[in-house]
Amino acid sequence: MPHIPLPDHLPGITGLLEYRVDSAKPIRDLTQILLRGESTLSEGERELIASVVSHGNACKFCAAAHTAAADILLGDSETCEMVKNDLENAPVSPKMKALLRIATLVQKSGKAVTQESINEALTNGATDREIHDTVLIAALFCLYNKYVDGMGSATPTDPKFYLTLGERITTHGYSRLKEGYDHLKNNTIH
Amino acid sequence: MAYIPLDDRLPGMRALLAFRPEIAPALMELMQVVMRSNEGLSIGEREMIATYVSALNDCYNCHHIHGEIAQCFFEDRPNLLEQIKNDYSSAPISERLKSILNIAGTVQKSGKWVDSEQIDAAKALGVSDLEIHDTVLIAAMFCFFNRYIDGLGVVSNDTLESLKSRAKIMAEQGYH
Repeated sequence: MPHIPLPDHLPGITGLLEYRVDSAKPIRDLTQILLRGESTLSEGERELIASVVSHGNACKFCAAAHTAAADILLGDSETCEMVKNDLENAPVSPKMKALLRIATLVQKSGKAVTQESINEALTNGATDREIHDTVLIAALFCLYNKYVDGMGSATPTDPKFYLTLGERITTHGYSRLKEGYDHLKNNTIH
Repeated sequence: MAYIPLDDRLPGMRALLAFRPEIAPALMELMQVVMRSNEGLSIGEREMIATYVSALNDCYNCHHIHGEIAQCFFEDRPNLLEQIKNDYSSAPISERLKSILNIAGTVQKSGKWVDSEQIDAAKALGVSDLEIHDTVLIAAMFCFFNRYIDGLGVVSNDTLESLKSRAKIMAEQGYH
């Protein structure tokens, strides 16, 4: 049960973003720039960062949503599963592995990041901008995870819900739908 | 030394915003919209939540600057923010405000740890739905800012005097 009244048809983050549209706008803008804007990291790689952090925070809604997005963008579901559960053996580049390790440190605490973990990313070819964006995306998902779970927002259990959501965030992105979300009122998938 | 090349003449967040200017408008808008409203929680109370969460995260930059900003709104209690950082339960603030800081401190540990008992306790003390929402959002926001700053190893060049003068300007003018 959410800790405040939120619309039944908007579980997870969406009901919260609709509750205060003015604070939602910069959060949505930031996410759109970081996860969909110009970058040397692919959109799939950036969704891996979102997934690994949400998984570390045990935020089921965010982890399922961004895993669905990563799976669509990467074209397989094994990579994200491995990244979340066995990063060292995951089929990603050494650079990406080093960046994902930094993300898991940020998930615990900003202070957990060490010069050594940064050097490892640099040695494997990561740029300053990639390191910056990795830390910022990891921090942003700590915001989302704490917001969603701290408000007790509803977490749908039907996997179909996350497939639909994954489609939306990989095709439309993170900005607010122009038509709003009323059309989801008849949605039976929860 | 920060982990990425930053302009060390710029304090705290300013150096990060200069490194990646595209994100600056969204971050400033987020701060202005959430932290500079008196609807429900006052501006001073919002800064108090930010300070408390940043102290729990041991983020030197954030808890010092927001502590000084918050203090500008509680001139009648000159050491209030220091007291809150040390032990808010014995600080001279209302039970209502203590119930709000209790929720914020739980969010800092994990969103999942917020339970209906502490929410009900806050509601019984007159805390509104919007105030609960804003408390959780501000706590989550500062877990974000703290991680952004410390995760990139941003160091503070501030002195007590420079902190106080910057805080006074931000308390008066907000986040533009």
